[in-house]
Amino acid sequence: MNEITQGFWDAWALILFFDPDLYEIIFLSLRVTVTAVVIASLIGLPIGALLAVNRFRHRRFVIALLNALMGLPPVVVGLFVYMLLSRAGPLGGFGLLFSPSAMIIAQVIIITPLIASISHQTVRDLWANYHDLLISLNTTRAQRISALLWDSRRALLTATLAGFGRAIGEVGAIIIVGGNIDHATRVLTTAIALETGKGNFAFAMGLGMVLIMLAIIVNLLIHNLTKTEQASTW
Amino acid sequence: MVILPLKMVGATAYVRGKRLVGPVDLTLAPEGFTIVIGPNGAGKTTLLRLMHGLQRLSGGSIDWAVSLTEARRKQAYVFQSPIMMRRRVVDCIAYPLLLRGENKKSARAKAKTYAERYGLGHVLQNWAPDLSGGEKQKLSLARALITEPEILFLDEPCANLDGRATREIEAILQKVQDEGNRIVMSTHDLGQARRLAKDVIFMLNGKIHESGEAEEFFSAPQTLEAQAFTNGEIVE
Ligand SMILES: Nc1ncnc2c1ncn2[C@@H]1O[C@H](COP(=O)(O)OP(=O)(O)OP(=O)(O)O)[C@@H](O)[C@H]1O
Ligand SMILES: [Mg+2]
Repeated sequence: MNEITQGFWDAWALILFFDPDLYEIIFLSLRVTVTAVVIASLIGLPIGALLAVNRFRHRRFVIALLNALMGLPPVVVGLFVYMLLSRAGPLGGFGLLFSPSAMIIAQVIIITPLIASISHQTVRDLWANYHDLLISLNTTRAQRISALLWDSRRALLTATLAGFGRAIGEVGAIIIVGGNIDHATRVLTTAIALETGKGNFAFAMGLGMVLIMLAIIVNLLIHNLTKTEQASTW
Repeated sequence: MVILPLKMVGATAYVRGKRLVGPVDLTLAPEGFTIVIGPNGAGKTTLLRLMHGLQRLSGGSIDWAVSLTEARRKQAYVFQSPIMMRRRVVDCIAYPLLLRGENKKSARAKAKTYAERYGLGHVLQNWAPDLSGGEKQKLSLARALITEPEILFLDEPCANLDGRATREIEAILQKVQDEGNRIVMSTHDLGQARRLAKDVIFMLNGKIHESGEAEEFFSAPQTLEAQAFTNGEIVE
């Protein structure tokens, strides 16, 4: 018990006095995850919208696939990205393994299906509402998709925040492809795993508290966004 | 007038094996004010949607005087239940202009003029989905007219409006038609039909049961059903 209390106060000290090692890890975590969320949104949001607006032959299959991909075990994604990027793999030539780029790739693969799936549901509902009007106004496919994405931007922001929440707390995939290298690929989750193993509880708890605060902030944002979403129909 | 006349020959709409409307033979002359009347479920909405191209044609033909692409650009449609985009009123009205490549500033300025003309000046910055039923109807009308269509389809545009708003809208429609635009409108309100119609289409069970010039139709309906309907009796 004593050890936990001590660790707690030491953790606060590390946070409040801007411990450089701690903040390096925080910033790398944010950099990797924010980049991954941006890329995954650029891919996932339009895919979701296309699935909602377009009728094509294997549409139901693609939607089922998307839902299945949401449940991919991150460790398996890590293994897959590792094999792709390892020297003998098809993308080995780029030398990306054990770099932040490798971690970004893994996170993008993990959260794109999530973002695309939420985007699909959101846009599908709005499309049902807008359908006749947008057809009557002779919109092109691109105009439809952009109107639908723009008008459901709050719900879509919620989707990207959900993606952020999932990515920032992920450890299985990025420890495999990043390698948890000090000053290079060490992020919040992988550092917690390592420091806990070393018995370095204060540092591990400092990291854990930051992670929890980030998670709370994101959840509050999601809560607020969905609340205003319901309050008024837009 | 370029896109009219509209010629429908044996036009039929089926949905999952059930005939909704047709076969309809009909020519819409370049000028006029056609009112579509008939009991609930007679096929008024479906007929308008067929003309505008929202309802898939299952048989027969529908031809404009010009290519379909060109004809589509010069039509506008006001839906029976208003469709509100999740935007501010002014942006909803400006939207059709933005689609046509007009820049945001001039589209907004024009939308403001239209909003004011149709009694929406005080709610310009409100969210469209929050408007009252009547305001939504007016927004739909402003949004339809802002592209200056040659033919305007209206599906019961006054259904949610009070007496005064109805008169205002009727005055607008009268003006639109005086300016040489074509209007095709469905309504439940026989008084309104009498006030506005140049031609009448009386629908029953998915077919045009009787049609003709408004004056003749209302003074001397030919069929029993039309007589009953114009007397306000229940027609089945
Ligand atoms: N998509 C559809 N699928 C199946 N049936 C339909 C569909 N659309 C319309 N119908 C049916 O077609 C018939 C004609 O409908 P329509 O909406 O054209 O009638 P209406 O004359 O406009 O009626 P109202 O006065 O109530 O608006 C109705 O019996 C309706 O139930
Ligand atoms: Mg109807």
